[in-house]
Amino acid sequence: MNILLTMIPMALIYATPIIIAALGGLYSERSGVVNIALEGIMMVGGFAAAAVTVVLEPNPMAAYFGLLAAVITGLLFSVLHAFACVHLKADQVVSGTALNILAGGITVYLCQIFFDQQRTNAFTTGIAKLSLPGLARLPVLGALLFKDVYPTSYAALLLVALTWFVVARTPFGLRLRACGEHPQAAASMGIDVVRMRYVGVLLSGALAGLAGGTMVLTQDIQYSLTSIHGTGFIALACLIFGKWNPAGVLGAGLFFGLSEATSIYAKDIPLLQAVPQDFFYMLPYILTVIALVVFSGKSVGPRAAGESYDPGKR
Amino acid sequence: MSVAFVIEMLDIVKVFPGIRANDGVTLQVEQGSIHALLGENGAGKSTLMSMLFGLYQPDGGTIKVRGSAVRIGNPNVANQLGIGMVHQHFKLVHNFTVTENIILGLEPRSGLVIDLKGAARRVRELSDRYGLLVDPEARIEDISVGMQQRVEILKMLYRNAEILIFDEPTAVLTPQEIRELMGIMHRLVQEGKTILLITHKLKEIKEVARTCTVLRRGRLIGTVAVAETTEARMAEMMVGREVSFHVEKAPGRPGDVVLRIERIQVRNAKGLLGVKDLSLEVRAGEILGICGIDGNGQTELIRAVTGLSDLESGRILFKGLDLSNHSVKQRTDAGVGHIPEDRHKHGLILDFRLDENFVVHSYGEPPFSRAGILDFRAIRVNAERLIQEFDVRCGQGPASPTRAMSGGNQQKAIVAREIDRSPALLIVAQPTRGLDVGAIEYIHRRIIAERDKGKAILLVSLELDEVLDLSDRIAVLCGGEIVGVVDAQATNENELGLMMAGSARKVS
Amino acid sequence: MAKRSSAILLPVVAILFGFALGALVLVATGKGPLAMFQAMLQSVTGINSEAGSFNPRYIGEFIVQAMPIMLTGLSVGFAFRTGLFNIGAEGQLMAGSIAATAVALWVKAPPGAHVVLVLLAAMAAGGLWGAVPGYLKARFNVHEVVVTIMMNYIALFLNNWAVVALFKSEDRIKTAAFPASAMLKSTALSAMTHGSRLNWGFVPVLVSLVAYWFIIEKTAFGYSLRAVGFNKDGAQYAGMKVNRNIVWSMIIAGAFAGLAGAVITVGTFSFGRALPAAEGYGFDGIAVALVGANAAIGVFLSGLLFGMLKAAQTLMQSQGIPKEIASIIQASIVLFIAMKYGISHVLQKLGPPKPGETDR
Repeated sequence: MNILLTMIPMALIYATPIIIAALGGLYSERSGVVNIALEGIMMVGGFAAAAVTVVLEPNPMAAYFGLLAAVITGLLFSVLHAFACVHLKADQVVSGTALNILAGGITVYLCQIFFDQQRTNAFTTGIAKLSLPGLARLPVLGALLFKDVYPTSYAALLLVALTWFVVARTPFGLRLRACGEHPQAAASMGIDVVRMRYVGVLLSGALAGLAGGTMVLTQDIQYSLTSIHGTGFIALACLIFGKWNPAGVLGAGLFFGLSEATSIYAKDIPLLQAVPQDFFYMLPYILTVIALVVFSGKSVGPRAAGESYDPGKR
Repeated sequence: MSVAFVIEMLDIVKVFPGIRANDGVTLQVEQGSIHALLGENGAGKSTLMSMLFGLYQPDGGTIKVRGSAVRIGNPNVANQLGIGMVHQHFKLVHNFTVTENIILGLEPRSGLVIDLKGAARRVRELSDRYGLLVDPEARIEDISVGMQQRVEILKMLYRNAEILIFDEPTAVLTPQEIRELMGIMHRLVQEGKTILLITHKLKEIKEVARTCTVLRRGRLIGTVAVAETTEARMAEMMVGREVSFHVEKAPGRPGDVVLRIERIQVRNAKGLLGVKDLSLEVRAGEILGICGIDGNGQTELIRAVTGLSDLESGRILFKGLDLSNHSVKQRTDAGVGHIPEDRHKHGLILDFRLDENFVVHSYGEPPFSRAGILDFRAIRVNAERLIQEFDVRCGQGPASPTRAMSGGNQQKAIVAREIDRSPALLIVAQPTRGLDVGAIEYIHRRIIAERDKGKAILLVSLELDEVLDLSDRIAVLCGGEIVGVVDAQATNENELGLMMAGSARKVS
Repeated sequence: MAKRSSAILLPVVAILFGFALGALVLVATGKGPLAMFQAMLQSVTGINSEAGSFNPRYIGEFIVQAMPIMLTGLSVGFAFRTGLFNIGAEGQLMAGSIAATAVALWVKAPPGAHVVLVLLAAMAAGGLWGAVPGYLKARFNVHEVVVTIMMNYIALFLNNWAVVALFKSEDRIKTAAFPASAMLKSTALSAMTHGSRLNWGFVPVLVSLVAYWFIIEKTAFGYSLRAVGFNKDGAQYAGMKVNRNIVWSMIIAGAFAGLAGAVITVGTFSFGRALPAAEGYGFDGIAVALVGANAAIGVFLSGLLFGMLKAAQTLMQSQGIPKEIASIIQASIVLFIAMKYGISHVLQKLGPPKPGETDR
């Protein structure tokens, strides 16, 4: 039972970057641009966060400046994807792959330049946890959800709610979705599809950058090539699993976070001790494949996602 | 006293790489009238109207709206000028509601949020005022084609369009729905709107339009008062020579039954039954034409006979052989040929060379391959023969990139390939869509020739005239069933139209 | 003819662009591009332009680096020709490595036969690992991109588990050494190149390049694969078995990658290895395939190019140039190609309407 008490907060920590990155992917794909470079953007954001934090320590706000840097770097990095895919009509998957390779290269390259090694220096504090007064004293729930929680986890929940509101209820959301379903229809109603898709991709950059920064600052002590280890791709799976809507993303993200936590604590759970550790590392990825198969038939993404916008198409 | 022209397009020139789509065209539209724009495919009508709607800009000439020269840079500007366009291929978001589609881009707000209630109210107001029946809460993918078109019209009225451009509006409607649309157009004009009707259908022009401007190959041929001009005259202007509306053919001599379809049921792409309980017979030496409104089971019927879709129930017999579970390849080998509806999607592999496309059914067998290895010489020789025999125009002979060929010649290549295999049953779907008159005549002649050789032809077409012209017998498809089988000579458009709409049945 | 020269032009421009960008990055961060180019030259030719010396060991190591990525390039290219994006070459390679290790350690066979069995087992394992996403795509229409990426990670962990649990590694990093009969190693080749790890692996690589070309261009099977890759609907209409082709295509692609795993495990090395992270051969393969325009000769040439980049990394690092510059160059080349493919595609679609066609 105590295991659960430690596992659930851990699950929340793992789930947070997945959810934030998946929300980013949501904006991009809803506007019609597939973004498999979430992984690469998370790397770039993670690097920026770690580097800035290390440099600014022991300033108590160092980690928050780090997160800000992560958001900005992620946004700038995603401009490449937006330009290639929206303006030059590049194949969106190839562009995303190129950016993933680039991210690995450029982050470690800069580590070598600035820190003389293939990772950043270790930062001492990262983000400080907080407890919500009052709520933290609730029995059971208090310990699980309101005590010693990273503020970034709350930010993730806030972002989920915000995304739901924006996409489902505002004019911007309606137009965004139109661009992803039938861009020619949107254009004929006077909507600037190019601009809308840029916004979608840049938002995904900002959020994936934030996710990367969060991940490094809450799960690691530095940035290295293996800091993100595929979480950006799990975020993509989370998006598909969650059927491209915020509530689904939240649920799927928490589920994946829980499976990662299980892989850490399996050796402490009597039932699971006999299973080799490597299999628990595999678990999130196996679950993702299963989820894709189960949900792929029924899960239909934005109809025009993945296609370059062709104004002349009838 | 000069007439008030609400729209003037003067000496318009528009050039695309390699082609002058509009070459000095002048169009003057009177306020409060219905003005038709007539021309064949490729005449430049859509290009001209696209410029009026702001999708393109003219390379030469002036556009005037209500007397003042304007530059229409994008659809928003067109909207502000009061110009709206009802597209031929609807631009509707399939999983949005009717209301969401109408308000997209001009959403009423309440604070930060869209005011959906207010929007629905406005939609109902407009719907009542102009007699355009729609369900504001329904999703586009669930409503009929007729209602979808009304949504397209409402989109424009919501934006206070005064000038409405209709681009080939009747392609997807039943004869009855067409009459309803004509009524809607009259009512719009009564309310003070001006209508520009792009079409190639002479009958409709005669019914509603006051004036008609005729284009041919990008040039203005003339503008006529519809009441004083015959259909034949307008057709001559459109095509440039006297047009024979009918193809020459001897009476058919039907032989044995080649295809027998017994009570088949077929699912469509959405998983519903597209064909419900269909039975049909086609004989050797006859052309059986299937007519019906798009979406009533034509696609599923063809897919079932060719083997692309499975049967839920029923049987298909070909020369006595039960084909129901045979694969596509087995049927092709047995003698079923298919000229598909969509030549780019199904008929050809555009990125292949022409000679590679000719052997798309037979590449795996001698003489085109031996022991799994292709014989390129045999493939090329075969292509040369077909090019010669069927007069397929291609820049580089057998090695031509298929993508670079014209639509007419691509279709000829498909026809050549299928006819050369001498199938006992030839299924022909929409054979002349998007082709010019010359290509249409050629293909019609070829189909008749095959019929005269004793082949069975199953013709599926959305062009009622084509079906009436070519067929020996006509079967009407409605709601996934055959609701009538008649002799082509003994029927007419009205009778067929009623059956197509489901208002009549006739099994002879 | 025009098509040929423009097909070569694109990769050449992309390569120049990538190197130019790399040089720019170096200069911007205070490093000298000259040292990078010198390192590259030395890695390929063995010639040290500064010291004026020659050491063939570099040539041997260069070929060692080029071989596996030619194979993963063939893997990715083959799938591309059939309209599939195989990001899973990395995982298929690892599946091949595991199988190669198993046959090397567990199977007893005479010298010639043993290594052949190793190679065949690796191809089968890679093919199997590729068949899974192929089947899922054909049957359930699951997009192969995310599935193959997940399977890359699964293969990595499977490999690490196997090294310890199945192959009983003592130090948890590598297995016992393979018997000589199982390996592609060659003392002669090694001696010729002053102690490099050059091995007989280039034989299966050359055979694969020829097989690739032959299958795709000359066989009826290749014809149907290309048809499916260009136009799935058209292929189906013509009676081709699209789903079956998709699965077979991924099996063959996986086999090429699996073979790469064998070439590495019993050629470059002589034992199985546990890895902290994927080594990137799969992504290298993507770059090789794209730059090589998915053609056998192109894959060969671009395999040499990217092999050079990889081989030069140690030299660069030793001269103070962070070796990641190679990834940056590689990514830039791929990105440039992605953009240009997009541009020419659009130009094609916006071409003039043909006479007798639907209105514009």
